Amino acid sequence: MTKFTDHKGRPIVVVTGLGAVTSLGRGVDENWLALCAGKSGIHSVKRFSTEGLNTRIAGTVDFMDPEEISAPGISYAMADATTGEALEDSGFGTNGFPGPLFFAAPPVELEWQHRFDLLSRTEDGEIGYERMLASAREHKQEKMHSLIQLGTIAFRLAEKYETQGLPISLSTACASGATALQQGIEAIRRGDTEAALCVASDGSVTAEGLIRFGLLSALTTNNQDEPEKASRPFSKDRSGFVMSEGSAALVLETLEHATNRGAKIYGTIRGVGEKADSFHRTRSSPDGAPVITAISAAIEDAGIGPNEVDYINAHGTSTPENDRMEYNSLHAVFGDKIHSTPISSNKSMIGHTLTAAGAIEAVFSFKTMEEGVIPPTINYETPDPDIPLDVVPNQSRKADVANILSNSFGFGGQNACLVFGREVA
Amino acid sequence: MSSDQKEVLITGIGFVSCFGEGADQNWQILGGATAPEPVINMETVAPYGVHPLPEMDWALQIPRKDQRQMENWQRLGTYAAGLALDDAGIKENEELISSMDLVVAAGGGERDVETDEAILKDALASNDREQLILDRLRTDLRPTLFLAQLSNLLAGNISIVHKVTGSSRTYMGEETAGVTVIQNAVSRIASGQSSHMLVGGSYNADRPDALLPHALNHYLYTGGTEGVHGRQANGGGMRMGSVGAFLVLEEAEHAKARGAKSYAKLDGVSSDLGKRDGEKGQERLEGMFDKLGGTPDAVMSGATGVSEATAYEMDFLASKLGGDVPVRAFQTMIGQPLEATFPAGVALAALALKNNGFYAPFEAQEKPATSEVSSIMVTSIGHHCGEGFALLSKS
Repeated sequence: MTKFTDHKGRPIVVVTGLGAVTSLGRGVDENWLALCAGKSGIHSVKRFSTEGLNTRIAGTVDFMDPEEISAPGISYAMADATTGEALEDSGFGTNGFPGPLFFAAPPVELEWQHRFDLLSRTEDGEIGYERMLASAREHKQEKMHSLIQLGTIAFRLAEKYETQGLPISLSTACASGATALQQGIEAIRRGDTEAALCVASDGSVTAEGLIRFGLLSALTTNNQDEPEKASRPFSKDRSGFVMSEGSAALVLETLEHATNRGAKIYGTIRGVGEKADSFHRTRSSPDGAPVITAISAAIEDAGIGPNEVDYINAHGTSTPENDRMEYNSLHAVFGDKIHSTPISSNKSMIGHTLTAAGAIEAVFSFKTMEEGVIPPTINYETPDPDIPLDVVPNQSRKADVANILSNSFGFGGQNACLVFGREVA
Repeated sequence: MSSDQKEVLITGIGFVSCFGEGADQNWQILGGATAPEPVINMETVAPYGVHPLPEMDWALQIPRKDQRQMENWQRLGTYAAGLALDDAGIKENEELISSMDLVVAAGGGERDVETDEAILKDALASNDREQLILDRLRTDLRPTLFLAQLSNLLAGNISIVHKVTGSSRTYMGEETAGVTVIQNAVSRIASGQSSHMLVGGSYNADRPDALLPHALNHYLYTGGTEGVHGRQANGGGMRMGSVGAFLVLEEAEHAKARGAKSYAKLDGVSSDLGKRDGEKGQERLEGMFDKLGGTPDAVMSGATGVSEATAYEMDFLASKLGGDVPVRAFQTMIGQPLEATFPAGVALAALALKNNGFYAPFEAQEKPATSEVSSIMVTSIGHHCGEGFALLSKS
């Protein structure tokens, strides 16, 4: 162990730049102020008609200026904004970045507007894919093509911000943001690079998206007339998550690299833990074993004990099942200490930003340590007796926070946990 | 690779192509004294040809209750993953399976074509399109279909069906996803971050919704059944192919300790993204080649047939390796499997090395191998962008 290596002799990974966009606003500062004030970004959806849908609210980001109102258009605009912000913040600016890009990519595909656009251009063939294919043959659609390629956003960011090598687009569903960070950490630890740019973005709130998640009974259908009250993590009356949009970017580098260039350091990523679950496509193992393993592995990797975790940034989606499972798993790892460890869910205010959630929550975690303020879990009016946690209810709280555990879980058995630290040594 | 890096072996292959299932079956057909006639379906999505799925009995690898939760791209990948685990001899080894790291290259899944088409027909006739779509999606969409559309649910299904649960990551980005999968796995094993991994991808070509994105930018070949080189005189283009390609990659000592067989050694992987024109473009490939740390006796090329990308690669190979090194553009035979391209190329190269042979020319433009092939370079020059090379040698 030297000044620049951790308890396992690996390079210490620090965070030197942050960027964020959520339904609460653009930029880390605007978001942080709103979070600490307990503001909700959830609102009635205006972007498209929700007439007749059970869920008519979301945390859409409506203030960007995308080249096209579509999932890829909005996702790129947000990713561009947060990447620019994080690079500016880190001091790299627009002069090129000395490492690779790891991008948690949203699901993109042709949308209904594109299908109608194609159908409007020809009368050839049966209405449907035959006609859309005929239309494509008659009129080349370069821009439409580029937008719906799954690698496009990362390719464009890599080109614009001059990151090194082949950028990586990844998905682990709702754990993707954490996975992007995990990939950056692993690359730095094995000596592939001294710096990594980790970005996540999701602007995929569409009518079809609301319907699809609705069919899986994942979204809340309550509080449609009081949208800001709909996301209620850990409350007894929680009934599903609220679909949201957002993006975050974090600049990672070795402590040595950051020190040598005199960069401002927010803190370190001390540990990562992961364990896949083979129980079900959308549900966690009833015994919580994979989540327990992921949490334990992250804490162990960080070289600390559960008693050194000062605050937990929960996955806390506000679904009946997730929040109960998250509590049970934490209890298994922390024992009764969990009842006195503050834990809050940013999702109570920004909703579930899906692909971007883990990265956005990482940005807010570094602000929590820097400012010494824990953002609240809002809408906590009816405690769930089965989840006896200190959820920092409704109002932010001053606290000296040196270590944070951040949880991310996703469909497909994805579980990724991260431990952040304030001090570099 | 530096000296403290560990050796990476390929100890299992699961392969399904239009020629059938199983690594051995594909080697028997593709590795014969003369190349077979490729299997091409010119009917289902005319005027585009596709290399179709072979007849499959999914139940051999996937319980029926799980099959119902998947669409074909996931069945194909989950099936090929099962074949790879069987081939590596670890399918029933709970300890190895539950600690195995999984990395998958995946696209955006499949849509319910029938539902899409029914909605489009009615919406065109309706005076409130937006409302009609909302109403119909609510009643017509199957809940489980969503799970066939999430990129990471191929990995999720592999975890559920085969119990591979060490870690699970999914990469996206067309052909570059496959490159990243192999590169990431080799880096993790070589650096000691993992000891054994299941990696690969799958693609189901035989669907109009799968072809449409590529048709938009005129990337698909609309001529006949020509191979990658033969298409060049006719404007070029790619022909999609259904492929499932999974590999078990293992640290050499780990493989030795359990007495595993080995197909080949993965000596190096390199990748890049950037402009392809001019000297700069060739310099980038030059830089990637140098990182491999050796010169190959033969090349398994993932060339797609799209003219710019194919010429870019062939110019480089000719100038770097000279005209005598045999190059096989395997998409002539199995089609373009997008995310699965690079894993498929690595699998085909490993099969040749293990069998002490190489492939007969797939087209008249390709030269026969005249000397022994002990090392093979695998290429994937993305039809749109992104490049990857790997170097394999006999183990």
